[in-house]
Amino acid sequence: MTGSDAMVKCLEREGVKAVFGYPGVAIAPFYNSMLSAEGIESVLVRTEQNAGHAASGYSRVTGEVGVCAVTSGPGATNLITGIATAYADSIPMVCITGQVDSQLLGSDVFQEADITGAVESFVKYSYLVKNVKDIPRIFREAFHIANTGRRGPVLIDVPIDIQNAELNNFDYPDEVSLRTYKPTVKGNAAQIKKVVKELKKAKRPLICAGGGVILSGAQRQLCEFASRCQVPVVHTMMGIGVMPSNHGMYYGMVGNNGKVYANVAMNEADLLIMVGARVADRAVNQPDLITENKILVHIDVDPAEIGKNAASTIPLVGDAKNIFNDLLEEDLSMDHSNWIDTLDGYKKRMVAKRNPDPAYVDPAEFVRLLSDNMEEDAIYVADVGQNQIWSCANYVMKKGRFLTTGGMGTMGYSIPAAMGAKKALGKKAQVVAVCGDGSFQMSFMELATMNQHGINAKVIVLKNNYLGMVRQYQHFTYNDNYSVVDLSGSPDLEKIAEAYSIPFVRIENMDGIVDKIKAFLADDKTALMECIIDPMDLV
Amino acid sequence: MKKIYSVLVENRSGVLSKVAGLFARRCFNIDSLAVGETDDPQVSCMTIVSSGDKKTLEQIEKQLNKKLDVIKIKTFDEPDSIPRELMLVKVKYNKTNRRDIMEICEAMKADIVDMSKSQMMIQICDRPCRTQTLINLLSSISIVEIARTGTLALPKCTD
Repeated sequence: MTGSDAMVKCLEREGVKAVFGYPGVAIAPFYNSMLSAEGIESVLVRTEQNAGHAASGYSRVTGEVGVCAVTSGPGATNLITGIATAYADSIPMVCITGQVDSQLLGSDVFQEADITGAVESFVKYSYLVKNVKDIPRIFREAFHIANTGRRGPVLIDVPIDIQNAELNNFDYPDEVSLRTYKPTVKGNAAQIKKVVKELKKAKRPLICAGGGVILSGAQRQLCEFASRCQVPVVHTMMGIGVMPSNHGMYYGMVGNNGKVYANVAMNEADLLIMVGARVADRAVNQPDLITENKILVHIDVDPAEIGKNAASTIPLVGDAKNIFNDLLEEDLSMDHSNWIDTLDGYKKRMVAKRNPDPAYVDPAEFVRLLSDNMEEDAIYVADVGQNQIWSCANYVMKKGRFLTTGGMGTMGYSIPAAMGAKKALGKKAQVVAVCGDGSFQMSFMELATMNQHGINAKVIVLKNNYLGMVRQYQHFTYNDNYSVVDLSGSPDLEKIAEAYSIPFVRIENMDGIVDKIKAFLADDKTALMECIIDPMDLV
Repeated sequence: MKKIYSVLVENRSGVLSKVAGLFARRCFNIDSLAVGETDDPQVSCMTIVSSGDKKTLEQIEKQLNKKLDVIKIKTFDEPDSIPRELMLVKVKYNKTNRRDIMEICEAMKADIVDMSKSQMMIQICDRPCRTQTLINLLSSISIVEIARTGTLALPKCTD
């Protein structure tokens, strides 16, 4: 067998079902071997960045490693934004890049790019394969590294001569033995006892859950823990979906785009359990001041996150699910009803009032109605911009998932990520991407991929003819001196839908909106919805 | 605050760039960096001296530990270790200052390792503060060029 046959065999052994990618000469041997792959489909994206986002969406709904494969040079550099986005959100991915002949490395031949060097600060690890014999070990390690500890992307760069080289023995290792990589996933027992002790002493305890809780699949444990100790829960943007919106202990999203009462709860808490969250700038305005009036318990699988932005009182390294399971073994009888009553009061009082113009679709109310009318276990994929903030603030969480890119904030994420998620789930779940007209124009080429591969995600565009988030920033910061935010010249979305042969619906105001949403969601077919929103609206 | 990091890494191509890149990306200081193979040819030892506040120095260790090519890190302060730096200094000399230079070398336990009619090369291997003292002493005489290894250090012996 050749090196490229071995690469495909490795993917089969890892149970990979889909590879999102874009071929080129330097990865041609791999794609040739993919023709005889068993149970793996190659999905041809329309630009490499979207291969990364699609693999991310695929991974986030399955918990498996997302895989993408692109060619050398521009193929690889185009993928970087996808990799960086996944890295910022700790999404496990294996990215395979073709590379020029290993004998020519460093001589700047056609389509040569030092991709392992270029992605160094965006990957958990990277490999440049120099010997065909290393392929099985490297692939085994890459999948292990990507999906353990703090998850993240791993890149494997394979020169074309290595892909073509003969490999006599394909021996796929059962175990990974890396002396430098042994992530701590089990929480320290003494620290866990300390957390419970402090929790019992606390008058105003609060849990702030981040994306790490979802990555470790600890949503159920979190809900049980919160219910049993009667501790209110707030969450970061990446933590949307840790808890159903109607859960008794649910108090919304924190941060500069979050709920006022959630932020007040953060400020007033005397004990804060941060779990799977980085205490990053968008969630906590002044992370270094957060411990001034409270005990901070910081739970994270990455020891470097603990103490990076805020000094914790009780650091607790480990996987959120393991730690919650251990916590649930403890005696958790306690009463915080006064605190809960206070928060309930805040929740009632501190409701942000909107004054939507009835001539348009109100994006906030639209998101609430949309998510409420989606199937219970549907996947909602939010893009970046004002649309993201409306989505985050108004999404009704039931049993589904909410995907967005909180760390990198990459525009154009929602359509390819929804495509990846739908590819993974097929008829099992409804998938809806919600984006703005800026992000739509960055990624709508993937409607072709969806057509080609029978991937039926719904796409909704909140259209205001502006790069709304920047316009809003210029409104506040530069007194409405708008610079380069006008999206005039944008295409007619109805014609775009027609060009891709998909159904289209335009909604211009809130009249009969629920029926229109229901009709749009009724079948399992790709469709495009355009909602005309007030160009001057603010989040 | 200064800290010395003795970092054992996999002896592979690209590892130095990964470690140096980490310092650059996260705005950590590198006061000096010295790399060499250990008794195990698969393992290299990087001795990195860095300075910063307590939080930064702690982050350096944690971020280094995240690198998959890093095997082990020992962190210590100068007083707990034997730090050494090797330096070669080339100076111009003449009849009038030749004696002074030789006296400085004697006092500083530095050796003259090469000489021409107008230049001499001085070698010193000592604590980094002493190599700095030698530079200060020689700076009134004309220094032609200097090469130094940066600090190497190991924690003091224990039983």
